[in-house]
Amino acid sequence: MDKKKIAEQFIGAIPHSRALGMQLTDVGEGTAEIEMAYDERFVGDPETGVIHGGAVSALMDTCCGAAAMSHPNSPGGTATIDLRIDYMRPATPGQKIRARAECYHITRSVAFLRATAMDDDESRPVAQATGSFTVESEP
Amino acid sequence: MSRRPPDPVQVVKQRRDAALHALVTGVPYINFLGIEFDRRGDELTAIMPFDEKLIGNPLLPALHGGATAAFLEVTAIIGLSWAMLWDDIESGKLDPDTLVAGTLPRLPKTIDFTVDYLRSGLPRDAYARAQVTRSGRRYASVKVEAWQDNRARPFAQATAHFVMPRRDG
Repeated sequence: MDKKKIAEQFIGAIPHSRALGMQLTDVGEGTAEIEMAYDERFVGDPETGVIHGGAVSALMDTCCGAAAMSHPNSPGGTATIDLRIDYMRPATPGQKIRARAECYHITRSVAFLRATAMDDDESRPVAQATGSFTVESEP
Repeated sequence: MSRRPPDPVQVVKQRRDAALHALVTGVPYINFLGIEFDRRGDELTAIMPFDEKLIGNPLLPALHGGATAAFLEVTAIIGLSWAMLWDDIESGKLDPDTLVAGTLPRLPKTIDFTVDYLRSGLPRDAYARAQVTRSGRRYASVKVEAWQDNRARPFAQATAHFVMPRRDG
C-alpha cells in the first residue's frame, strides 16, 4: 500500500482543500507537508493584504489530518476532535504558506498532532497548532 | 435643556445595516466562504449557506473542519468588532459612509483560537453566534457556537483571544 499515493488522492478528493489550492508536498510515517499559494480571495485584512486566520486554520487542519492518516498505526480515515492555533505573526502578503504536521503519539482511538505554518522566512513561524484527531478503522 | 428626539426607526436601521454591511463585505475571505450576517438589534447571527467547496469528507459527506473553524473565527471577529463599534455607530461618531467607502477601523487581531468539533457538519446551512465574554482595553475573550438544524445541538464551538486595536483619545 503506497501511503504517499493514498494521501495525495485523499487531498485531491477534499473539495475544500482543493478550493483553497492546497498541494501536498511531502508525506512520511506520521508527518505531512502542505502548501497554500497566496490568493487575494483568502485575504482577511484588506488594508494589509494579510491572509485570513481561517484559511491558515483550514491549512493546519488538513495537514494534521494527512499526518494522522499517514501514521503506520492508522488503519483508515480521521476526523478532527479539537484544534488549537496560536497566531504568532501575520503571514507576509504575496508569499505562500507552508504547513508541516507531525503525529507525535497515537493510540487505538486518538492521534495527537502538532503543526507549524511558515512563509518564506522559516526562522519565524507564522502559526503553530496542536490537536487531537480520531483514529478510524479501515474504510 | 431639551433632549434630542430619537432618530426615526428607518434612519437607525439604515445606519446599523450600512455599518454591518461595510464591516462584512470589506473582508475577501468572508465573501469567498459566502458567509452572511443577520442582525436583530445588536444581536448578530452568522450564516454559512451550504456549498460544495466547503466539503471535507465527500464520502459522508461532511463539512471540512477548516471551513467550520473559519466560520467560527469570522463570527468571533465580526461579533467582537461589532460590539466594539456599536456605541460609535449609535452616536453617529462612526459614519457608515466612510465605512462603505472602504476605510474600516482597525480590527481586533486573533492571538489564539481553539475549536471543539462536537459532531460532523452536515451538508446544510450552518449558523453561529458569538458571545464576548470579556472585552478589555487590550485583550478580549470570545466564545462561539455553531449549529445546523437544531439550535440545542451545536456541531462545533470555539474560544478565542484577541488583541484589541489601540483606540486613541
